[in-house]
Amino acid sequence: MNLVALKMLVGDRAKYFGIIMGLTFASLLITQQAAIFVGLMTRTFGAITDLGLPDVWVMDPKVQFIDDVKPLQDTQLLRVRGISGVQWAVPLYKGLLKARLSNGNFQTCNVLGLDDATLIGGPPTMVQGSLADLRKSDAVIVDDIGAADKLAHVRADGTRDPIRIGDTLELNDHRAVVVGVCHVSRTFQSQPVVFTTYSRATLFAPRERKLLSFVLVKARPGVNKAELCARIARGTGLAAYTSDQFKDLTYGYFMKYTGIPINFGIAIALGFIVGTAIAGQTFYNFTLDNLRHFGALKAMGAGNGTLLRMILIQAVVVGSIGYGLGVGLASAFGFATRNTELSFLMPWQLLLISAAAVTLICVLSSLISMRKVITLEPAIVFKG
Amino acid sequence: MTSTTIEYQNPTAHTSAGGVAVGCRGVTKTYGSGDAEVTALRGIDLDVRAGELMMLVGPSGCGKTTLISVIAGILDRDAGECAVFGRDFSRMSQREKTRYRGETIGFVFQAFNLLPTLTAAENVAIPLLINGAARGGAVGKARDMLARVGLGDRAHSLPSQLSGGQQQRVAIARALVHDPRLIVCDEPTSALDHETGHKVMEMLKSVALKHDRALIIVTHDARIFEFADRIARMDDGRVLSVSDDHRATPAASTDESETKS
Ligand SMILES: Nc1ncnc2c1ncn2[C@@H]1O[C@H](COP(=O)(O)OP(=O)(O)OP(=O)(O)O)[C@@H](O)[C@H]1O
Ligand SMILES: [Mg+2]
Repeated sequence: MNLVALKMLVGDRAKYFGIIMGLTFASLLITQQAAIFVGLMTRTFGAITDLGLPDVWVMDPKVQFIDDVKPLQDTQLLRVRGISGVQWAVPLYKGLLKARLSNGNFQTCNVLGLDDATLIGGPPTMVQGSLADLRKSDAVIVDDIGAADKLAHVRADGTRDPIRIGDTLELNDHRAVVVGVCHVSRTFQSQPVVFTTYSRATLFAPRERKLLSFVLVKARPGVNKAELCARIARGTGLAAYTSDQFKDLTYGYFMKYTGIPINFGIAIALGFIVGTAIAGQTFYNFTLDNLRHFGALKAMGAGNGTLLRMILIQAVVVGSIGYGLGVGLASAFGFATRNTELSFLMPWQLLLISAAAVTLICVLSSLISMRKVITLEPAIVFKG
Repeated sequence: MTSTTIEYQNPTAHTSAGGVAVGCRGVTKTYGSGDAEVTALRGIDLDVRAGELMMLVGPSGCGKTTLISVIAGILDRDAGECAVFGRDFSRMSQREKTRYRGETIGFVFQAFNLLPTLTAAENVAIPLLINGAARGGAVGKARDMLARVGLGDRAHSLPSQLSGGQQQRVAIARALVHDPRLIVCDEPTSALDHETGHKVMEMLKSVALKHDRALIIVTHDARIFEFADRIARMDDGRVLSVSDDHRATPAASTDESETKS
């Protein structure tokens, strides 16, 4: 009877494609929106991910996320270095500075100032030049996407000429020479990222009493990181987080204080509801259209169990195809937009979640059909 | 031809082989309740013998369909007794009922009720599949059955590619393929023109009828009365008479057959 069920389903082309389209649409929308959401949320802590070397981040206790810089006094660096269990501690400047472009426009850049001696905190991959070139005078390294887009020279005809090694920028009225191009994880604000040394960054930055954004700490081998954080916090009165804790803090801030999760949640819920409505409606219609036949099968001795199994098989088939197509289309979308501003990240957990959503849609859709078939009086077969 | 009064005391009197196929006593059925209440059966007494083709005739709304639905176990009656080959559907659990129906009864419907997306052979195989047969064997058996109703070369056709008469023959093959002991047909020829209906009836009678099987055919169509072994006339939820004179028309029934006491 399983084959009979399949032939019943596939035979009605219009409804079959209708159900599959509903499910495809639902799983596409759910997967794609969720992937963009996940991508976007990973961007919130992209800068922390890139900075793989330090174990612990030390900052002002009021800092809520990575871009929420509350400067410390330079002397705090020395206090952190004095805490036991600290192998090394280096300063990091992080701030937004205005760059003047060749056409006179201004572009805000995310400037990172690295410890002059060690250059710890540099970009994960260099595209051109080398990190050590930062030691040259006025040197900065810019990220490739910023170089090709927001910082690029705009020609008269509107085309963009990417910034190259040797080009100069004006950062907050200070001359800066590009000595390298790097690649970094996308950050939430998508501003160009400019790396330079700590001392040069504090030169570029407007004069302020406090300029130290973070202290990056490496734990001595064998030292428990959480305990080290607690010790630093006690010893300095500052906040100290492991990289993962800081990621969670940042991520949590965006989850809690921005409309992003709600917006995506609405889009995803909409995909779920619309998908359920379309697929459920067509599936139910399909069952209604076949009610005569289900009645005949019932009269001919097919029990409720058999009929339920038939409906289940039909639901599983359309569910699998719709899910496969939806996830496939979502992946294609992700692939097509891989080099654009759009964030898109599809971890396997996401595939499981959308599979669960599609399963739920199929269950909900077929439940009404199942109810209809169970309560069906076989005597309808003799009704003209 | 002589008319016969039904002999309830000795139901096997007229049969050569199988005895009573269906025995109904005082069967009643009411649809709905309150103002919408319709009494379709008002105490039906009827015996159908194994080896015979019994026709149920009567005016529209007199309860023919209701009666064969009760006999076939797809509708629960309100009161009375009704046994099919000695077994009463109302004494069975839902599961037993379904199973007994699947094994014992073949259905032929007015509107054929073939699954449109299945081939003729697959449609015919359905009762075997329902009864748990393997697919390969079932389809093979179905092809043989199609050959017996003269459609051996149309096994792979879809219902939409067949004429009405051919579709009804497929439906008859489906009703017979699992060798059920009782075949019930509701208006099997009313969707067909006269000539085709006649041919279908000839085929039905020759292929389906055998000594241990009974056929009950509900019909309006006086032109097929000649195929009946006996005709039960119904009106207003009762069986008025049972006669073996197939020339009798419903209008003339009271003259030519004795009303049962
Ligand atoms: N499901 C139902 N609900 C309510 N009333 C019904 C139902 N089925 C049949 N009836 C009524 O029961 C009576 C007998 O109906 P039935 O279908 O058995 O008649 P019939 O002899 O088969 O008629 P026809 O020759 O028109 O097919 C009719 O009055 C009909 O309106
Ligand atoms: Mg009827």
